Amino acid sequence: MSLLTKPLVVVTGKGGVGKSTVAAALGLAAAARGLRTIVAEVAARDDVSRTLTGEDDGDAEVFREREVAGGLHHISIDPQAAMREYLFDQLPSRSVAGMMSSSSTFGLLVAATPGLRELLTIGKVWELAQPGRRTPGADPYDLVILDAPATGHGVAILEAPVTFSGAARVGPIARQGRTIAEMLGDPTRTGVVAVTTAEEMPVNETLGLRDALRDRMGLPVDLVVANRVLPDRFRGADAAALRDAADPSSRAIRAALAVSARARAQRAQVARLRRALGDVPVRTLPFSYAPVLDTDALAPLAHRLGAIL
Amino acid sequence: MSIADRLEGKRVVICAGSGGVGKTTTSAAIALGLAAQGLRVAVVTIDPARRLADALGLDELGNEPRQVDPARLSGHGLELTGELWAMQLDAKRTFDELIARLAPDDQSRDEVLGNRIYQELSSAVAGSQEFTAIAKLYELDRSGDYDTIVLDTPPSRNALDFLEAPDRLTGFFEGRALRMFLAPTGIAAKVMGAGTGVVFSVLKRVTGVDLLSDLSVFFRSLGGLVEGFRERAAGVKAILEDPATTFLVVTSPEREPVAEAVYFRGKLRDAGMPFGGLVVNRVHVRAPDEEDPDDVRAALTEELGAPLAGKVATTLREQQILAARDEAALVRLAEETGETDPIVIPQLDGDVHDVDGLVAIHRHLFASGEERDALLAAAAF
Repeated sequence: MSLLTKPLVVVTGKGGVGKSTVAAALGLAAAARGLRTIVAEVAARDDVSRTLTGEDDGDAEVFREREVAGGLHHISIDPQAAMREYLFDQLPSRSVAGMMSSSSTFGLLVAATPGLRELLTIGKVWELAQPGRRTPGADPYDLVILDAPATGHGVAILEAPVTFSGAARVGPIARQGRTIAEMLGDPTRTGVVAVTTAEEMPVNETLGLRDALRDRMGLPVDLVVANRVLPDRFRGADAAALRDAADPSSRAIRAALAVSARARAQRAQVARLRRALGDVPVRTLPFSYAPVLDTDALAPLAHRLGAIL
Repeated sequence: MSIADRLEGKRVVICAGSGGVGKTTTSAAIALGLAAQGLRVAVVTIDPARRLADALGLDELGNEPRQVDPARLSGHGLELTGELWAMQLDAKRTFDELIARLAPDDQSRDEVLGNRIYQELSSAVAGSQEFTAIAKLYELDRSGDYDTIVLDTPPSRNALDFLEAPDRLTGFFEGRALRMFLAPTGIAAKVMGAGTGVVFSVLKRVTGVDLLSDLSVFFRSLGGLVEGFRERAAGVKAILEDPATTFLVVTSPEREPVAEAVYFRGKLRDAGMPFGGLVVNRVHVRAPDEEDPDDVRAALTEELGAPLAGKVATTLREQQILAARDEAALVRLAEETGETDPIVIPQLDGDVHDVDGLVAIHRHLFASGEERDALLAAAAF
């Protein structure tokens, strides 16, 4: 089943591998197919919207859904705002909800309860992915792309509903935890894209993520994207000719030898990834030499992702 | 200034920065360099690459520093006149040990360790690694066994989590929330049926009664540990603000890590915590006299043939683009952090996750000013 037909796609991977870039490119690719798409960032980050709009608008836009490119929307999820929204939805009267959300007792309880921030965050992601939105006046999306935190915490966010529905056996949180957990654990509704670079540590972490998702959530990884892969430019005779060059210490030859060695190491890592992952598809994205990764620079990456999905 | 000058007399060195910028290797290389200078050094790593861990003889089951056999490094031209001790942090275990140490008796210890909420808190929740890294630092510092402790920080996307996590957790133990739970008229009592206030009846309705009672059991059982946590929190704060402590901000020249580094530098200033300098890894170094790739192509065509000479010229052009990008990042870092003399480590050719990589990073970190200039010039394109 194709990745983009699932209502929710989670993009995760080790810190610094370009998760947000891939999430944004995936969003552009989906929007180009006519899917009404939203990219959700967590913990009040806005890397994706900065990339797509070129604006550095700080906290001003947190928790607002807004269109950042044709058919592509963005939201930055803040647990506090998610809590407020949840209360207004759950409670019979606006005045009671308002009282609760401004109650300091309640605020402290939310802040102090381990895992509750994660639950509220993923709960909002779930809400975005519903055909009938709870948020008043909000239109449904065809696709929600979650730009998840780095691997370890990313898995924790996905697991939070299971943990909570276990911890609270009865009651509304337990019930909703179960509903959300059901969606997250259902491979027909939730897709996972693991982003990595072709280096030792990110590859290890990708394999660890695959195991953790399978063992703890029964969720397979749908696609692995190896980002920033260098062109395979100097093979066989070329590499030999470079090594035998008359002036091997010249900058140009040194640059070529260095890049060639790095590309070779990357190929070995991609091969290791493919061997270890078996039938999970591994796709590569080229290293981008663009000075700033803006919408123009994302376009070729989005095009390439669109072509392989 | 070399890193050796910057770290002179420091007892605690904390390497902070966003994920994927080479913090672990940098921390290990710093510890290695200090041990080579004759100090007794412990390095706490969070998630070392398998080969680096193997190379250092790190045992993930230990959760205590073990001495690195100097013979592992002597083959690489490094003489350890001091001692290098290394460990890999086990967050869950550190947390459990902390509870065991602070609990007034076995019963309260078992009650906390067995609580579902605690089990969630100690493993999965954001902040627990940061909290336990700090707890470990405190313990090693108190032991007095080491001249210097080097702490790698968790692979958090936002390095700031590291500064805030201990505050969030210890602040909670000290704060109103816990008192509210523990007071005879607090949430715990109200959950058990006596509560009539609107907030509590709504709370029950929103969360479910059994979650609240699990929580109140958790908070109540932590109650006995409050005094210990409070002392710890004060001790940790003292370490973080001590002039013998220093934060090194580690980054790469890419946009997000640079933004994090700038932000973190500002937060250190706001919090009155000591800043020891910037380490910028993986820099493409720009030569002062860049060659024109077209000239290079022309000059190499006869020897290599036009196709290969063209590829070499393209590669040089790409490296120059990256060098210009990284140079701009260094300018931005200097402007926005006020650090005009960062330690720049060039993009190295090999993978750096083994002893060779560690030794290479060490050479760049501990080079004198002149040596550093020579190493950078040799790496420039």
